[in-house]
Amino acid sequence: MMNRFDEEANGLKEQAVNSQSAEQDLELQQALKNFKSCVHAWGDAMYSLPRTVSKDVRLRSWRLALGWALGCVLVAGSVSGGLLERHHRVEAARIAAEQRAAEQQRKLGEQQAAKMSDEVLLADVDSDVSRQVPSAMEPLAQMMDETK
Amino acid sequence: MAAGTALDAMAITTADDAAAQEFARVVETHRPQIFRFLLSSTRDVDLAETLTQECFLKAHRNWGGFRGESSAMTWLMRIAINLQKDHWRNRRMQFWRTTRTNSVDLDEASDWLPSGESSIEQQLLAKERVKQVWTAVKGLSERQRTVFLLRYVEEQELSEIAAATGLSEGTVKAHLSRAVARVRLELGGKR
Repeated sequence: MMNRFDEEANGLKEQAVNSQSAEQDLELQQALKNFKSCVHAWGDAMYSLPRTVSKDVRLRSWRLALGWALGCVLVAGSVSGGLLERHHRVEAARIAAEQRAAEQQRKLGEQQAAKMSDEVLLADVDSDVSRQVPSAMEPLAQMMDETK
Repeated sequence: MAAGTALDAMAITTADDAAAQEFARVVETHRPQIFRFLLSSTRDVDLAETLTQECFLKAHRNWGGFRGESSAMTWLMRIAINLQKDHWRNRRMQFWRTTRTNSVDLDEASDWLPSGESSIEQQLLAKERVKQVWTAVKGLSERQRTVFLLRYVEEQELSEIAAATGLSEGTVKAHLSRAVARVRLELGGKR
């Protein structure tokens, strides 16, 4: 008797579960059908809609173009600035090196000139000293030699 | 000889004209469906329009190579799916653009449900259910979404979906089953 009751209860439970499942399936089917109708209606409406570029999209395009242009200018500016700076440095280093070389050259020249002038002077003195004494001054020269 | 060349040229022109006319007919017939599929897949009207144009441009270029092994619709759908895949792949590469999309939100997408003859309460309930389906579709993988939309929106056969996606029918079934399970969960979970 008890078993029969249990069987009936189980049967009812199964029926309830089945009916619930069927209800869910029905709901799913309906939802999918509505989803399809929704997509079809949306697609049809958008398909027949005339295409215009919205102000927002145009504005965004301009902003994008402006951004790119500014970016390019910045990059070009920094690259050319860097190159210019490098060129200046190289030029300044070259001029400084040239100046240093010229200065060295000048000093060397001066030293050589100074050396040369001393030698010339000595030679002059020598030549002056060893100049032939006129005959009238001969006795005086002899006296000077004797004094030495 | 000259007459023969002229005749050949005329025959070629006629064949070209016929092919162009046939392609124009294909565009007229299938363009709305391709656009609708891309719209439902991307939820972006501009993107769907762009991809549709690209799809038909590509189809026009390769129209001579179409041998009719599958239907024109399946062939076009395959092109559209590949273009969409390429688009998302390129977008992922352009990491600075990933945050910005023009996709409409789910509420707006659900607003297009035709009212029919039901009561306001039923309409609201139906709209809510449609929104839940959109939510589930949004959460699907790209492949699952494609298969789901082709089956339940475009009402294509499994064999057609398999041909359009390049998957086997078994794989299509598996993807479809997972997609439906996801939708079922979304509908059941929000009750």
